[in-house]
Amino acid sequence: MNSAAATAQDPFPRSVWPRVGGVLLAIYVVYACAQMEISWERVEVGLHNAAHFFSRLFPPNFSRWELLVKGLLESLQIAVLASTLGILLALPVGLAAARNLMPAWVTWPARIIIVMARSFHPVIVAILFVKAVGFGALAGILALTVASIGFIGKLFTEAIEEISEKQVEAVRATGAPFASVLWFGVLPQVFSRFIGFATYQLDSNLRNSTMVGIVGAGGVGGTLFAAFQRFDYDYVCAILISIIALIMVGELLAQAVRAIFIDNATLRDFVRRGGTASRERHLEDD
Amino acid sequence: MLTLKHLAKSYVAGKPVLTDINLEIAAQGVTAIIGPSGTGKSTLIRCINRLVEPSAGEILFDGEDLVKLSRAELRHARRHIGMVFQEYNLVERLTVMENLLSGRLGYVSSWRAWRRKFPPEDIRKAFELLDTVGLAGFAHRRADALSGGQRQRVGIARAVMQEPKLLLADEPTSSLDPKTSVEIMDLLAGVGRARNIPVLINMHDVELAKRFADRIVGMSGGRVIFDGPPANLSDDILKQIYGGEDWLQ
Repeated sequence: MNSAAATAQDPFPRSVWPRVGGVLLAIYVVYACAQMEISWERVEVGLHNAAHFFSRLFPPNFSRWELLVKGLLESLQIAVLASTLGILLALPVGLAAARNLMPAWVTWPARIIIVMARSFHPVIVAILFVKAVGFGALAGILALTVASIGFIGKLFTEAIEEISEKQVEAVRATGAPFASVLWFGVLPQVFSRFIGFATYQLDSNLRNSTMVGIVGAGGVGGTLFAAFQRFDYDYVCAILISIIALIMVGELLAQAVRAIFIDNATLRDFVRRGGTASRERHLEDD
Repeated sequence: MLTLKHLAKSYVAGKPVLTDINLEIAAQGVTAIIGPSGTGKSTLIRCINRLVEPSAGEILFDGEDLVKLSRAELRHARRHIGMVFQEYNLVERLTVMENLLSGRLGYVSSWRAWRRKFPPEDIRKAFELLDTVGLAGFAHRRADALSGGQRQRVGIARAVMQEPKLLLADEPTSSLDPKTSVEIMDLLAGVGRARNIPVLINMHDVELAKRFADRIVGMSGGRVIFDGPPANLSDDILKQIYGGEDWLQ
């Protein structure tokens, strides 16, 4: 009787299913290792190779810096153009996909566009565009534009679907036409989040733009791939260091944009704070 | 001015929220609608400008039946009906001035609204109104930086910017402290007097209703069960409206 009462009062009732799931996962990991013939000997050989490879990476060789800078600049252009184009296209698509504002016959086509744009990794889309429009930066720009439409479109739609209906209702009650309801009732509520998505996408496009070159869609990725194939590992190292530098600069820029638009800071505030967006305002805004 | 005839509303078929509401609102004066929570006061107010679509009946406003209007016609009619909300419903991220000017959106093209190109006359009026509601100097503050009472003043000013012929208020003081509530009621009644327009207010504070209204409409179970001057609102009638009597002591 006592034990029954104790069970009834268990403050943390546990389900058996998470444990069953954990055991099954562990069994599968062991099975997959066996299937792929991963053994300790292989890891040892691999580590030895890795040590050799890493020793050849250093010191980095910047002697062919002109080619490197050309590739980086092209990557930057791909990222900026794809982000601009993608953001401009994602705005109307994301708006059209919002179910709280638009009728079903508008949201469905818009949702299909977003799902299609999100279906494939940018590298796969880049391969398609290389086949379609030929080698070069144009293919990279188009591929990353598609990725941007998918990502920003989806997040923007979700942001719009989460807005406060009350504010929209109030603007509607003034007799405002639909477009004005959007300008005054909807967009102010999602603007700062949209800026957040856009800067994040610029950041992401910058990283992806260094990669689409591997499949011939322009940018520093092509240079990197060629260096790998010629075993110019010291040059590979120089390229990797440059890419890290580029991404860091991009990150700083994105933070500056966010600080100015979301936190209403001035550029000088931003520099004074040492380049970080203030956390408190961020929490309040999200 | 405003006549409701046989107005009915049910959100779910067979469960009416409003049943056969007949009301005549005169060209001026404050009318308070009182009644227990969930009795359809908000629905009634929202039916008038069709934020909620009525299920049956007529709403005659200036001789026109609002229920029959097309979307574009409804938009035009809404410009003449100002509305004040319980939770202020300001656009939080816009400035006080932008919130005020959004009262003019029915008169300004979307293209001009987008570029914030409001007629100078509207802008002048907006600054004047800010003065009137006691918020001079707040024009460039963001709405989310204001206190509840200040927000409701902006809400009232936004409605007045429409140059309405009728002012609706849905529980305008329910989120405010007693002192601010009185100030807001004072402001609403004052606006109605100054502009010679009728004010229709939903509230559940009986004392406040008695103090400010020229006429009280008591509702219970989706029907009007009292309609008359505050002086006629006896304890017996209050018992009928709210049920029970213990709360009256």
